[in-house]
Amino acid sequence: MLKSREGRSYQEHVTAFWSIEIMKLKYSMAKAKENLKPKLTAEQRPQLPKALTGIEGLDIITEGGLPKGRASLICGGAGTGKTLLAMEFLLRGATQYDEPGVLMAFEESTNDLITNVASIGFDLHGLIASKKIVVDFVYIDRNEIVEAGEYNLDALFIRLSAAIDSIGAKRVVLDTIESLFSNLPNPAILRAELRRLFFWLKEKGVTAVITAEGGTDTLSRHGIEEYVSDCVIKVSVSIEERVASRRLRIVKYRGTSHGTNEFPFLIDGNGISLIPITSSSLEHIVSTTRVSSGIQRLDAMLGGNGFFEDSVIMISGSPGTGKTTFMAHFADAACRRNERVVYFSFEESSDQIKRNMSSVGLNLDHWVKKGLLVMECRRITQYGLDMHLLLAQKLIAEHAPKVVIMDPVTSFDDIANTSDVKRIVMKFVDLMKSLGITIMFGSLTPSEVQSDSSSINISSIIDSWILLRDLESNGERSRTIFVLKSRGMSHSNQVREFLMTDHGVEICDVYIGTGGVVTGGARLNMLAQEKTLALKLQEEIELRQFDLENKRSVLDSRIAAMRAEFAAQEASNLKMIAQEKNAQTQLNQDRIAMGMARNADKHNAPLKAKRKSK
Amino acid sequence: MSDKPIDLRAHKKTDTANDPSNKWLLRLYVAGTTVHSVLAITNIKRICEEKLDGRYVLEVIDLYQQPLLAAGHQIIAIPTLIKELPPPLRRIIGDLSDTEKVLVGLDLKPL
Repeated sequence: MLKSREGRSYQEHVTAFWSIEIMKLKYSMAKAKENLKPKLTAEQRPQLPKALTGIEGLDIITEGGLPKGRASLICGGAGTGKTLLAMEFLLRGATQYDEPGVLMAFEESTNDLITNVASIGFDLHGLIASKKIVVDFVYIDRNEIVEAGEYNLDALFIRLSAAIDSIGAKRVVLDTIESLFSNLPNPAILRAELRRLFFWLKEKGVTAVITAEGGTDTLSRHGIEEYVSDCVIKVSVSIEERVASRRLRIVKYRGTSHGTNEFPFLIDGNGISLIPITSSSLEHIVSTTRVSSGIQRLDAMLGGNGFFEDSVIMISGSPGTGKTTFMAHFADAACRRNERVVYFSFEESSDQIKRNMSSVGLNLDHWVKKGLLVMECRRITQYGLDMHLLLAQKLIAEHAPKVVIMDPVTSFDDIANTSDVKRIVMKFVDLMKSLGITIMFGSLTPSEVQSDSSSINISSIIDSWILLRDLESNGERSRTIFVLKSRGMSHSNQVREFLMTDHGVEICDVYIGTGGVVTGGARLNMLAQEKTLALKLQEEIELRQFDLENKRSVLDSRIAAMRAEFAAQEASNLKMIAQEKNAQTQLNQDRIAMGMARNADKHNAPLKAKRKSK
Repeated sequence: MSDKPIDLRAHKKTDTANDPSNKWLLRLYVAGTTVHSVLAITNIKRICEEKLDGRYVLEVIDLYQQPLLAAGHQIIAIPTLIKELPPPLRRIIGDLSDTEKVLVGLDLKPL
């Protein structure tokens, strides 16, 4: 059996994965039952017994497998996979459900069948040896046969009966019984005989699967769906844009509800896988846990903590804006948290991504080797849309990641029309959300558009949208980032510039110049200018201070000089005053002395008083 | 494969009917005593006695008695008459009531 990267068997992974789908189904069935309760309880309602096919997805859409003890018809054109579907039903019955089976092959010999089923991992030879399977190859050579009268197919009944009884078979496959029509004469007899055969199979109580070639107007070429009326499954291959997709539809299933859509399926080394796209519901259990984007400053832009754990993130931008680098950062951050990541790339090979990311300091190869990161790189035109989704689901089931990255999701536009892409992406998103997986989509917007619309119109399902843009000015391009929306968190409204450095993406401070946000060389220029301006200012201030100081000291010295001058003048003046005073006193004394000497009149007295008043 | 080469051989061996050294080895597969089976036995016995007096061996096998032979001998229709010898091998299905076709099938009559 196939082993996954972790040693868990593929089957275990798939079982774990589909069990969620089955749980959902059970939930919806329980709900449906509740609605019916007033009329009829579950016990009273007759349940159609079913036989599990063991094919993932088919058991879900048939709600438990094919009708037990009845005949089912699988019809489809050449190469649609009807034989393989029937074979898998038989082989899984024998290996998984302990229901031995008989294969009556009309087209392929036993040896061919052994080789064919070995390619999907079954050991038919061993199963035959251990009496789990009986293969009866019915060989009819038309050239040997001459019809001479009426006949019936009793011998076929006897053969089948002997084979069933030899191992106690519960399942029977007739592949392709219609080839009888081309080999035996008298179709009227054959029709009657086939009708008898299907009745007989029902009586035998075996679960039968009959394959038939698809007809132009009817489901099968010879209209045997008229006789096999319990369950009819149609398989087909459709070609869209030169890409083939296999599809399966339950045309009718009597006595039970079933999925009615056309479901895409895949044939690979493990047989048939089918996507059971159940009706998408918006009933996810949401998480409040936040996960880092791997870029600290981007986390800061997102309210400080990064994205929500189960959100859908889109990184959109025109070519060369660095979407892949952002996604690689996110992958790297998840791996650092020891979470598993699946990275789908539709544009670059894994080696190319690893090499390119090592140039910005992200070592993805290390995570790949550690088994945390799985890179799935394929050209979008390799498969159809459904097939891509199916392969993605398979890988996710196998790897059980916490983070899924798709780079870029807009590639799907190349292989299908927009509404189909939207439908598929929505289904994918719903499934991922129900599993609590963080999804990051890259979205390529044409460079000339530069808009905030995504070309595949899935903007409504995006929770966090990071827009990367080119700004071209002054002969250079610089990259800017902003958070277009991020549900449920406060986020920055600023447009930031970011740089690709050898240690990853670096988000710069925003510089708002006169003409808006300035980026790149202009921003550096601005910064330089600002720096010189600041220096100049500083110098000027210092100069002014010095000048002022100078002036102050000049003033001080001047004041001192003036003071000194004044003091000198004052001293001399005072001296002169004193001298004059002395001189005057001397004069008066002299005059009095003179008057006394001359015996002057007393009327001279007022003069004396006058002088005294001075 | 086209029918032509066999037609030619059949034509060449038209003499086989009259060649006294030829022996016819015939096996008739029936299922119990159904109408077709009984009719087929009666018819083949009549034809052999009329056309191949003493030059034939007829084995009648009831598949109800030996069911495993049905798969082993690649029988699907009942009744089936197999002409093992002389070559080529032929299977004649039906109750053998169309004598002309039986004779052609047994190389007793050219087409």
